[in-house]
Amino acid sequence: MAGFLLRRLANYAVLVVLAASLAYVLAACALNPRANLMDRSPRPSASVVDAELTRLNLNDRTPLAHRYLTWGDGVLHGDFGHTWEGESVDGEMWRRAWVSLRLLLGGAVLGGVLGVLFGAFGAMRRDRFPDRAATYGSYLLLSVPVFVLAVLLQYAAERVNAMTGTQLFAWVGESTPGAGDGTFGGLDAFADRVRHLLLPMLTIAFGQAALYARYQRGLMLDVLGADFVRTARAKGLTRRAALLRHGLRTALIPMTTYFSYTFGMLLLGSMFTEKIFGWHGMGEWLVDSISRGDVNVVAATACFAAVTVLLAGVCSDVLYGILDPRVRTRAR
Amino acid sequence: MTGAMRGRPGRGRAIAGAVLLFLLFLLAFAGPLVSPWGWDDIDFTAFLSPPSAQHWFGTTQSGRDVFALTLRGMQKSLIIGLSVAVLSTGLAAVVGTVAGYLGGWADRALMWGVDLLLVLPSFLVVAVLSPALGGSWQALVGLLAAFLWMVTARMVRGMTVSLREREWVLAARFLGVGAGRTIVRHVLPHLASLLLVDAAVNVSVAILAESGLSYFGFGVRPPDTSLGTVIAESRGSATVFPWLFGFAAGLLVLIVLAVNLLADGLRDVLDPQLSPVSDASEPSGSGPSRRADAADGTRAGAGEPAVEGSAG
Repeated sequence: MAGFLLRRLANYAVLVVLAASLAYVLAACALNPRANLMDRSPRPSASVVDAELTRLNLNDRTPLAHRYLTWGDGVLHGDFGHTWEGESVDGEMWRRAWVSLRLLLGGAVLGGVLGVLFGAFGAMRRDRFPDRAATYGSYLLLSVPVFVLAVLLQYAAERVNAMTGTQLFAWVGESTPGAGDGTFGGLDAFADRVRHLLLPMLTIAFGQAALYARYQRGLMLDVLGADFVRTARAKGLTRRAALLRHGLRTALIPMTTYFSYTFGMLLLGSMFTEKIFGWHGMGEWLVDSISRGDVNVVAATACFAAVTVLLAGVCSDVLYGILDPRVRTRAR
Repeated sequence: MTGAMRGRPGRGRAIAGAVLLFLLFLLAFAGPLVSPWGWDDIDFTAFLSPPSAQHWFGTTQSGRDVFALTLRGMQKSLIIGLSVAVLSTGLAAVVGTVAGYLGGWADRALMWGVDLLLVLPSFLVVAVLSPALGGSWQALVGLLAAFLWMVTARMVRGMTVSLREREWVLAARFLGVGAGRTIVRHVLPHLASLLLVDAAVNVSVAILAESGLSYFGFGVRPPDTSLGTVIAESRGSATVFPWLFGFAAGLLVLIVLAVNLLADGLRDVLDPQLSPVSDASEPSGSGPSRRADAADGTRAGAGEPAVEGSAG
């Protein structure tokens, strides 16, 4: 298995390098940071703009190959260059990745659990009312774009806030400034963060749950009539116990692939949620840097995305190997 | 819908989706004829007014009629969705069959290209390139299509590899028929149902991707309008002025839902393994829906990387 993993990793590494390079070249050709700088007021002189662009390695008068080599040399030394504001991309990237992670971890876990529960439950009551409801519910949810779902949730939250007369839900940013200054200090600050987390987390969880419920239902239906479930029934387990202890466990194994890939994708794919709820994470960064023409940031996020997706691939391979006894014994 | 299809699982869904889609098309293209306002008309007497007899869906901040704007946006979204689906499925069919039929280095090179495109973050590339290519909707169609075909191409390649060894394909080859002709005449017809379902799925994926990109201002851009730009205009004030957001968002969801129903129904209707006979032999039609769902799961899971923009 080690040889197989190593070969896979080498293949992945080549793909990451290519993806990042392509993203850099595309962004460097297509984006126009010069125009953005020229628009500042008071209008800077041409030589100042040139000097600034050169300092950030964004000058379109330097040959592309030269800029690419400078960038690539930096990346090999672990330096993704500087952002538009002149900060280091590396530091900002870690900070933002951490923000995204705080947002996504809860949403992904909640969505995964809900999805698996609804999917498995639906499959066990196939074609009866709960199954129909779950299936059509997931149909509907999968047809709702995130930016629509987020607004609908905001609308509902506004109603709940007005009805209960409290500020149960908050939907701007990650925390209220000065929330920890009250009598309870840290506790207040924590509660404030949770209130800010609720809506964006639900937005992510709903979409994920709908997706997972469909996968899980299909996988669960496949094991309903499997030999090992029949054996478990034959040894005296109830249908529910047999399905939960033997069926669901087996049906969960392929789900690890979906879990890891979707999570890898989410790290950058949550841009709608982050934008709408004002979280300063990776997704927001990507959108903003494209509109601003910040080539270094665009390339860094592309690299980040490629690495997370491929890491997710490695993760799912390893998890699969650990969870599936057939893979495990074959490897020995 | 002929008699041969009667009793097939998924028929109801396919018909419901098709009817709904037809109605939406009708609304999008016939609606402007009955609307008193054009999509680019400005009513200087009504800014941000709620729905009324004068303006059925209300007006925007600049006094434009939301009904006319929404229908205009629907037209664009529908056209973009359809053209992207046709283009990307066509590309997948060509690349997949050529790679699978020729094998060897052509196969390896094409599949390597597929891997590479899958790793590139599609949202980023489309968002960066779309304005650079002039920002026209035709360019957007091309870009979206360029990032939707890879997974299907892989599936088509796999099926072509097995079809290549079948008697009728071998017979054609030994008779001296060229590769291109063999693919068109003897391989593609066997992939038709897969490609049809894939095209239907791609319509909804493309519409979602387009509206997402336009929402951020990277897709269709003003003065042109799509459902994404109409919804984007309500950004920040959707809960205060719900008419700016609700109608466009609702219609967008309906379109995607109709296409998904149609695609899902078609998948079951066209699956030769799901004959009405086997359906009758099992109580409550369990077998077919089960296999279809499992197939759906793998398909959707594999398709996910290409539609990153709509993932979260």
